[in-house]
Amino acid sequence: MLANLTSSERQYALILASAVALAGVAMAIMGRSDVLGVHGVIVMLFGGGIAWVVMTSFYGPEPTDDRTASYYDDPIKVGIVLSMVWAVFGMFMGVWVAAQLAWPNLAFDAAWSSFGRLRPTHTTGVIFGFGGNALIATSFHVVQRTSRARLAGQVSPWFVLLGFNLFCVLAVSGYLLGITQSKEYAEAEWYADLWLVIVWVTYFILYIATIARRKEPHIYVANWYFMAFILVVAILHIINNLALPISLGHAKSYTIWPGVQDAMVQWWYGHNAVAFFLTAGFLGMLYYYLPVRAQRPIFSYRLSILSFWGIVFFYMWAGSHHLHYTALPHWVQTLGMTFSVMLLVPSWASAGNALLTLNGAWHRVRDDATLRFMMAAAVFYGLSTFEGSFMAIRPVNSLSHYTDWTVGHVHAGALGWVALITFGSLYTLVPSLWKRERMYSATLVEVHFWLAIAGTLIYVFAMWNSGIIQGLMWRTYTEEGALAYSFVDSLVAMYPYYIARAFGGLLFLIGAVIGCYNIWMTVRATPLAATRADVPVQPAAVPGE
Amino acid sequence: MSELFHRKLERSAIGFVIAIIAAASVGGIVEIAPLFTIDETVEEAPDMRVYTPLELAGRNIYVREGCYACHSQMIRTLRDEVERYGPYSLAVESQYDRPMLWGSKRTGPDLARIGGKYSDFWHVAHLNNPRDVVPESNMPAYRWLGRTPLKMDDLPKHLAAQQSLGVPYTDEMVENAARDAYGQATPDTDFASGVTERYGEETTVSAFDGVATQVTEMDALVAYLQVLGRLTDAAYRGTAASEQPSDPEG
Repeated sequence: MLANLTSSERQYALILASAVALAGVAMAIMGRSDVLGVHGVIVMLFGGGIAWVVMTSFYGPEPTDDRTASYYDDPIKVGIVLSMVWAVFGMFMGVWVAAQLAWPNLAFDAAWSSFGRLRPTHTTGVIFGFGGNALIATSFHVVQRTSRARLAGQVSPWFVLLGFNLFCVLAVSGYLLGITQSKEYAEAEWYADLWLVIVWVTYFILYIATIARRKEPHIYVANWYFMAFILVVAILHIINNLALPISLGHAKSYTIWPGVQDAMVQWWYGHNAVAFFLTAGFLGMLYYYLPVRAQRPIFSYRLSILSFWGIVFFYMWAGSHHLHYTALPHWVQTLGMTFSVMLLVPSWASAGNALLTLNGAWHRVRDDATLRFMMAAAVFYGLSTFEGSFMAIRPVNSLSHYTDWTVGHVHAGALGWVALITFGSLYTLVPSLWKRERMYSATLVEVHFWLAIAGTLIYVFAMWNSGIIQGLMWRTYTEEGALAYSFVDSLVAMYPYYIARAFGGLLFLIGAVIGCYNIWMTVRATPLAATRADVPVQPAAVPGE
Repeated sequence: MSELFHRKLERSAIGFVIAIIAAASVGGIVEIAPLFTIDETVEEAPDMRVYTPLELAGRNIYVREGCYACHSQMIRTLRDEVERYGPYSLAVESQYDRPMLWGSKRTGPDLARIGGKYSDFWHVAHLNNPRDVVPESNMPAYRWLGRTPLKMDDLPKHLAAQQSLGVPYTDEMVENAARDAYGQATPDTDFASGVTERYGEETTVSAFDGVATQVTEMDALVAYLQVLGRLTDAAYRGTAASEQPSDPEG
């Protein structure tokens, strides 16, 4: 992996890794009387481990001179592997916490394994670990190919990828140790958040610098989405996580936002993490890998523009629909509801654009499970955005909020849209990146597809049922005008659905494990493809524009 | 025409970046900024007190254990919620809450007004094994809380941080934070009187977990649960929902 770095770049990498390790030592010393010390040791080991890897091949041969004549694919390969590792981890945690809701003794009477601590390891593991690594890897791939230029840095792509994974490790290990801000999907504490800002700014600069090198006059649609993803996630992350640590030697901090303002900021963040992490980023994937796999151009350029700016503008207003009927001022709730409904237009513009792109390629959808992954993802995207707009309407929300319906909605999006588009993209990307003819086994891709679809449908139907039953039981009155059911009655009614949900999740997890095996065997045991040119445009080859 | 402009925009990375920031900023600015200036956002509640150090420590345990993942603390303005849980929640009731714990999911019931509904003994038994008191419950057991001594020495730092963020803790409260935490859970010691002096006569001083010799995490968590909804009675004044809360099990 280091063969592509010059000796001065290796020095630079070694200095960076050592600096991280030293920061870990400082954290361990300052936080010796607090759980912060444990994180100091983890940071030290992480930085030290990377420094050790760099040192083992520090004196390897210099790279050949024609580095700029090829794309920089090493960090992408590692990113794909990390993404799949996190997928299995995050989905396993998901199945575990789902099972705990049906069988609470599966916590085994330990602090670290209780539902409240494990649940964020699931959400962080799948959203940031699986999704984030997949986004970093595919964005590095897409920006190079659509710009026909090599990444603008040699060490910085590694810094972004590994630094992001350090953040994920700190976040997940922190929850198990009891370190959390309790802000949903932003649970990591202040020092991990600060670290992510450094990583993310580097990511942004690297991305923009690569686009600035492009040999194409126009910036391709997929890159609009990746740029919006990187930029807006930075804004959301910084504002939501503004906090005051109780001291530099403690992991604990208090947010600067009190009460109702905190609720608004949190759900402005929370909903736009869905918008810009789980939607914009993955639409970037869709706009590149779907047309590539279908061998069809995007159906409509105008629809792409409409949906892109619609999503960037409308989503930022929608967060307050998480706070209907609460102490948040009514007008803010109403604005949130209105924009959530309007969001259906750009959302369906994207979903429609994707499905219409498949016109003329439906025979491929039938025969090729990889393309079918992406087709199904677009369908689920359309369905869950419709459901989202529907649930944001105040009276509907009065029933759905606080129930499993919300959980089902999130998973229709996360399993049906995010995970399916990722698997489809990875199955397209892996053979081309490792220069193989094809995936190791088309049958296993097919098996994975049906496991994923079955798992998603079982999950979502279970949660629709449980959520709606729960919501209705809470508001049912007897003839005499008293509440008909106690809370416990509604909980008892949930158990069959909790078991079904865990089973659906298990199917999805098995599919992901099969995907890992298939990717592994593709890299290890699939014949090389006949070479074809997949290189950046050389300066000499570009006629004056 | 617009397409022509967009073709130009697509040629400039910086232009595109600025356009994204501009388009994405409007919603947040419109919705968040006014919340800080509009007086009506947060009601007046002159009787409201701050969390005692023990309650704050308990709140931090609630945060640490991720209780918010299954319990909301936000009663919505809906008839069935008011009848099940009590008067709907007001913004002022969470004015000192950093972070807020309104929650997003009720795998278990809302806890905004749980304070005082059950005895300390019930809470301890329930936390030790929920199925001992509610056989159908799927809540995890938290037996280790009663075995873990509460860390109190850094409580002055916690209060100082809250103070500098604007929570009205006095310097005296900050200074005595560790002593007050100890005193609130050990009614027989000399430290107990300082708690009611500083936080008011209404403050509950009790051996929450039934053991008056050691302050554990169980003491802190139960102290917090017992004060939920009782920092102010603003929600019970002059609203349609001024009746007493009904039993959450009913």
